[in-house]
Amino acid sequence: MSEREKVLDAFAASGWDRKIIENGEIAHLVASGNSIVSGREAEGLSMETEETTSGIRVAMRVREGAVLANPVHLCFGIRHEEGVQEIEMEVTLGRNASAEIVAHCLFPNARKVIHRMDASVDVGEGARMRYAETHYHGRIGGIEVVPKARVTVRKGGEYRSEFVLVQGRVGRLAIDLDVEAQEGAVVELAARVFGHGEDSVTIREKVALNGRDARGLIRTRVALEDESSAEVIGITEGNAPGARGHVDCVEIVKDRAVAKALPIVAVRDPLAKVTHEAAIGTVDKKALETLMAHGLAPEEAVNMIITGILR
Amino acid sequence: MPLLTIEHLSYRAEEREILSDCSFAVYPGEIHSLIGPNGTGKSTLACLVMGCSGYRPSGGRILFKGRSIGGLPLPERAALGICMAWQEPARIEGLRVREYLRLKEKTLDPSPYLRMVGLSPERFLSRTIDRSLSGGERKRIELASVLSVRPKLAILDEPDSGIDMLSLGDIEGVVRAFRREGASVLLITHREEMARMADRASQICGGRIVRTGPSAEVVTLYKEEGCGVCGLGGARDVRARESA
Repeated sequence: MSEREKVLDAFAASGWDRKIIENGEIAHLVASGNSIVSGREAEGLSMETEETTSGIRVAMRVREGAVLANPVHLCFGIRHEEGVQEIEMEVTLGRNASAEIVAHCLFPNARKVIHRMDASVDVGEGARMRYAETHYHGRIGGIEVVPKARVTVRKGGEYRSEFVLVQGRVGRLAIDLDVEAQEGAVVELAARVFGHGEDSVTIREKVALNGRDARGLIRTRVALEDESSAEVIGITEGNAPGARGHVDCVEIVKDRAVAKALPIVAVRDPLAKVTHEAAIGTVDKKALETLMAHGLAPEEAVNMIITGILR
Repeated sequence: MPLLTIEHLSYRAEEREILSDCSFAVYPGEIHSLIGPNGTGKSTLACLVMGCSGYRPSGGRILFKGRSIGGLPLPERAALGICMAWQEPARIEGLRVREYLRLKEKTLDPSPYLRMVGLSPERFLSRTIDRSLSGGERKRIELASVLSVRPKLAILDEPDSGIDMLSLGDIEGVVRAFRREGASVLLITHREEMARMADRASQICGGRIVRTGPSAEVVTLYKEEGCGVCGLGGARDVRARESA
């Protein structure tokens, strides 16, 4: 079996749908370590790729006014127990373009793996981008994941992102996301993470509402058990008239896990408004008792509440 | 034999007596209302019967089918067939209405239960029971969920609160549906019209049961005479004060 087939099989075994690369209408890019396994562009989308010594470099451009009919699928990962993968990614959406990017990051056998992502995203005027990133790290937790992105959302543009790591171990995760929203732009950042064992989670997300009437929402849901820990820093700045922002963080802890939330809100214009809410603690007693009164055992009720917040 | 027997039940919280020597019984197939003004211990009594954490009687007994359940944890009381609709139902993020109504029986068709509470399955089954629901919608879903577990005893804590006036008749219909489904109902309310629909009623005031009997009789006396324990007077006192 060729290395390409081994990679595709390993990724498929982690839940990725390998039929995607057989579909001629779906743009995709599959990279294992620093090797580009498969790629396809689509009408309105161009992709320049390059293999580097420790990963890959990719520049994606969605043409002005182009509305991609199907999501672009990215599949990054390392099938071996050890390795480094560094992704340098540049995404540009032209004016009034629209694209959905779905990224699968798969490290099913990780024992000593480092995955770094350094992304630069430019969402043009009136453009819309949705970015969903789902990770699977296996059951050992020997992985360090460091996604970093700088995003600019221009006038009237929309950027919605979601980061999901709720299956398998987290390892060490350090998300660092900075988004600038210009006039009338809309930004939504969501993250859902479930930590186990000695997993360590740091999520720092910042939305600077620099344009008039810009809107931002940071929504973070973290569940922790065993000795895992998390620190969630949600920063929203209201820097222009009419800017509206909200930071919403819920962290549930079990066992000896430790959670911290630092919502930071700043307003530099009297006509801007930013709010925040953070709830950290054990499972809500009333919710727990409600579920138990409906026939669930205590452990089932706890799991259902955790599953619910991570959806 | 009564399904539920409350026998000389007392409850203290932080040295304050919330319930004192309360006794009454709910019989199989009966709708029994517990009526009284706000702050008189009705919800406390409900929590004691359900076995909510932090609620342990300081005196007396709670019997279910003649067996003392005062020492049983909540899940074991649920397993006996006791279920409760809280006055302010919990919001459980991410949990869909469909799943909520199937907690006990995974293959149950939840649609009829939503219809029983006046909600359209098409509109609500995929919703989540979080803050996106209005208070009234959440309340109805709570009633549907308690119906769906087909309890032997349903404790309905103020099912009419937060419900608009025009829909109160619907809620009465829902309470009757519990009986049709084979449940007895302990109906907690401070609304006379709601209490009147029960077969029997107990009036609580100042943490004490002041009278138990046919609901029409208890409600009429409650309305006319108040209770005399907590100083709240009924219509007769109001008329006397007005004429003075």
